[in-house]
Amino acid sequence: MGELTALVGPDGAGKTTFMRVLCGLLKPDSGSVTVLGCDVSKEPQEIQNRISYMPQRFGLYEDLTVRENLDLYADLHGVSKDERAARFERLLKITDLARFTSRPAGNLSGGMKQKLGLACTLVRSPELLLLDEPSVGVDPLSRRDLWQILQQLVEEEKLTVLVSTAYMDEAERCGKVFVLNQGKLLEQGSPASLTKLAKGLTYTVNPKPGIKARDIQARLIDAKDIIIDAVPRGGAVSFIKQKHAEVPQIEKLLNGDHVEPREEELEDAFMMLLREHEDAEGNAESAPTVSSSTAALSSSDQTAASKPVIRVQNLVRKFGDFTAVDSTSFGVGRGEIFGLLGPNGAGKTTTFRMLCGLLPASSGHLEVAGLNLRDARTEARGRIGYVAQKFSLYGNLSVKENLEFFAGAYGLFGKKLKTRVAEVVEQFQLDPRAQSGELPGGYKQRLAMAAGLLHEPEILFLDEPTSGIDPLARRMFWRTITELAQGGVTIIITTHFMEEAEYCDRIAIQDAGKLLALGTPKEVRELAGETYARDMNSAFIGIVEQNRAALKSEAEAKSKQNDGAAA
Amino acid sequence: MMVSQFISRLKALIRKETRQMLRDKSNVGVGLALPLVLILLFGYGLSFDVKNSPIAVVLQDNSSAIREVVSGLEGSQYLAPVWVGSMSEAEDLLRAGEVSGIVRIPVDFSVQQGKGNAKIQLIVNGVDSGTASAIEAYVSGAINLALQKRADRLGTATSGAGVTLVQRTWFNEASNSTWFIVPGLIVLIMTLIGAFLTSLLIAREWERGTLESLFVTPVRPLELVISKLAPYMAVGIIDLVFCLLAAKFLFEVPMRGSLLLICFASILYLMVSLLIGLLISGRTKNQFLASQMALILSFMPALMLSGFVFDIRNVPVVIQVISNILPATHFMTLIKTLFLAGNEWSMILKECAILLFYIVLLIVATRKTLVKKLG
Repeated sequence: MGELTALVGPDGAGKTTFMRVLCGLLKPDSGSVTVLGCDVSKEPQEIQNRISYMPQRFGLYEDLTVRENLDLYADLHGVSKDERAARFERLLKITDLARFTSRPAGNLSGGMKQKLGLACTLVRSPELLLLDEPSVGVDPLSRRDLWQILQQLVEEEKLTVLVSTAYMDEAERCGKVFVLNQGKLLEQGSPASLTKLAKGLTYTVNPKPGIKARDIQARLIDAKDIIIDAVPRGGAVSFIKQKHAEVPQIEKLLNGDHVEPREEELEDAFMMLLREHEDAEGNAESAPTVSSSTAALSSSDQTAASKPVIRVQNLVRKFGDFTAVDSTSFGVGRGEIFGLLGPNGAGKTTTFRMLCGLLPASSGHLEVAGLNLRDARTEARGRIGYVAQKFSLYGNLSVKENLEFFAGAYGLFGKKLKTRVAEVVEQFQLDPRAQSGELPGGYKQRLAMAAGLLHEPEILFLDEPTSGIDPLARRMFWRTITELAQGGVTIIITTHFMEEAEYCDRIAIQDAGKLLALGTPKEVRELAGETYARDMNSAFIGIVEQNRAALKSEAEAKSKQNDGAAA
Repeated sequence: MMVSQFISRLKALIRKETRQMLRDKSNVGVGLALPLVLILLFGYGLSFDVKNSPIAVVLQDNSSAIREVVSGLEGSQYLAPVWVGSMSEAEDLLRAGEVSGIVRIPVDFSVQQGKGNAKIQLIVNGVDSGTASAIEAYVSGAINLALQKRADRLGTATSGAGVTLVQRTWFNEASNSTWFIVPGLIVLIMTLIGAFLTSLLIAREWERGTLESLFVTPVRPLELVISKLAPYMAVGIIDLVFCLLAAKFLFEVPMRGSLLLICFASILYLMVSLLIGLLISGRTKNQFLASQMALILSFMPALMLSGFVFDIRNVPVVIQVISNILPATHFMTLIKTLFLAGNEWSMILKECAILLFYIVLLIVATRKTLVKKLG
């Protein structure tokens, strides 16, 4: 009672299936499940009367207004008119949706939809609340709001909540955590007891000046026999060693760089459990490689200093009265990894589309690969690769057929086409005969990237390539990206996972069309101020909130001035 | 307690479906505008009235009596006689499609008339059987009228004065055109709403993932079926009123059976049609597939095989069997009988029972597609 429990695991771990079994929507093949004292196979309706469930897609009617959605669920749960008034007022207040009650749910932003979805499950206090990955594809600010609401309700109403998530910081807030992978329960316990599993295995290394953290990370993650996981963080590299591996062995791998122990985190334990399980099952994916001489620790900084391949000056895009992108300027150098971050609706996708030449700018200067996008759009397109958010693949074509099609679309033919297709198949370790539609998420993403690289573009654009992909596959993905950058390909990427910003050379944070911060991850963290510098996620929240607060006080000052003038 | 909960949930669901229906402008188009267009298009566009139809007249006997008879043709507003010299010339004109028929007065007409067995030959182009039978009727009408006048003047007692009109239809020997467009149109429009509107309903909820959260509430599958039926029933009834008003005042179709029975039968079939749409929707779980299937499985057969376009007595046995499985065929029989023949109780009871059987069958099947199971 009154407890938060988390279900964590990568894609395909069985989280959603398990949730559906609990709701009585799927019958277990064997075994029995009891929810609130009822057997799910025998009395599913009884359970469905007493619990609330928010599926991944929120279950909102987009053509109904916020109020109508709430009313529908309240009617279905038999909430009386009197109870409703007080309940709705409270729900609308904590979700901050009171202003939007007559707006159709389809016109809400992703974060607001998610809050409305939650409100609809809470039209009455359920005996058990099930939330299936409520934070997928939602920006850090909305994610934080959602958890504040949840924790408030758990405290005030003694709500029992089971939530599935891919974010460890969310699991850390729960009383109990279950780790699932490929349908198996790997471990369970309190966040603290799980975290202890990684005790003594966690270290950090500071790269020598002039060497990129992500290059060190690449070298570490390639050494699978001694390293479980490595990620760049705050300019250094955090890693987990295998139990049997010795520290000197690792320092040797790093050409004598000194490694220091660091405190273990839940994420470390999670990655460790996953790796152990994947290794035991013998289906660990190996990273696709660009060349065999992996992770050369180059100290030459060929990025920011060199002549920019993308130049953006005073870029503006308006849709009617609405300014989606407002006087934005930045440049990206050759071989640089540039991250574009921002909450939902910040103007990331619009900026992105303009850079790819998919959307004309309202005003401003835009230069890609030395070509002005105003007059040489087609030419510029030949030099860029684009991987869309929903990988544009033909599900019923094989991997090879997809690649051949895209190669043809990029103007390759004959021998050149055949060799390039063969090369990317090799490079990304794809099975050319596999049907694209049936590939697991991580492989689909590889195929999409392979397709985007067929014509050997100078610049690769990736729009949220890691959404909905499990942590192991994401590590592989970034391994490939760092390889490509070393090969001189410029990468522009958007992501919702703030920790992934650490792989970037430089990042830009956008909100409401404006560029709020631009610089290396370290610079951005420092810009956010001390309270927020802890990690990228809080730095992001800090910067966006500070800006919003500044705008608000500015607007207030202005209206006060006007009031004064009027008086 | 149980019943009151059922009612309040049902109300909430019906309110939701109605709002969704009204907010989608295409629903108003397909549900109300399209039926109106169909009524006007089919009602006026598919008229079999023949006006100023060219007819070749071959006079092989040229007596004054003949001219008097044939002049009747000129008086008709429906026919435009073309006088030709020989039969072969007339046949050429018919083949070329320049005339729709030939009236031939044989050489021995006057002689035979005296004996009381004179013959006039009428040949019509049967490619369009509707026009053919209309011309046939106009020619015989015009000639009979002329003969009658002549008989009146001469004081002969018997009408027709011993003239037989021998008619042949070329190119389509068994011309049979029993088209009753307006009653048929009711069948078509009732089918349309089911095929084009309700076929989207369940599939849309699967596609948008809303059904999953609806399932984890006290809602029962049957409530979902009824709530999806109700708003579209209302649209169907409005369309039915359109059809009946048009039938009575625009096209002046006789309504020999009782209006109450016509409405009752139409509502029964409307339910069948809506349920077919829902069932397809629930089975396919995909809006595009559902609308295509509804078109192929429901609307097209109702148009082609129910007896609306082709008389089913004339089609091969296999098609007849298929046709008899279609609820549309039974409703077609029912509504035509009610409009044109009157209250034939034995047949009305039988066809209504068949429609009721379909309703029960379809409700059970559709309810099954909404049983709370995923995957």
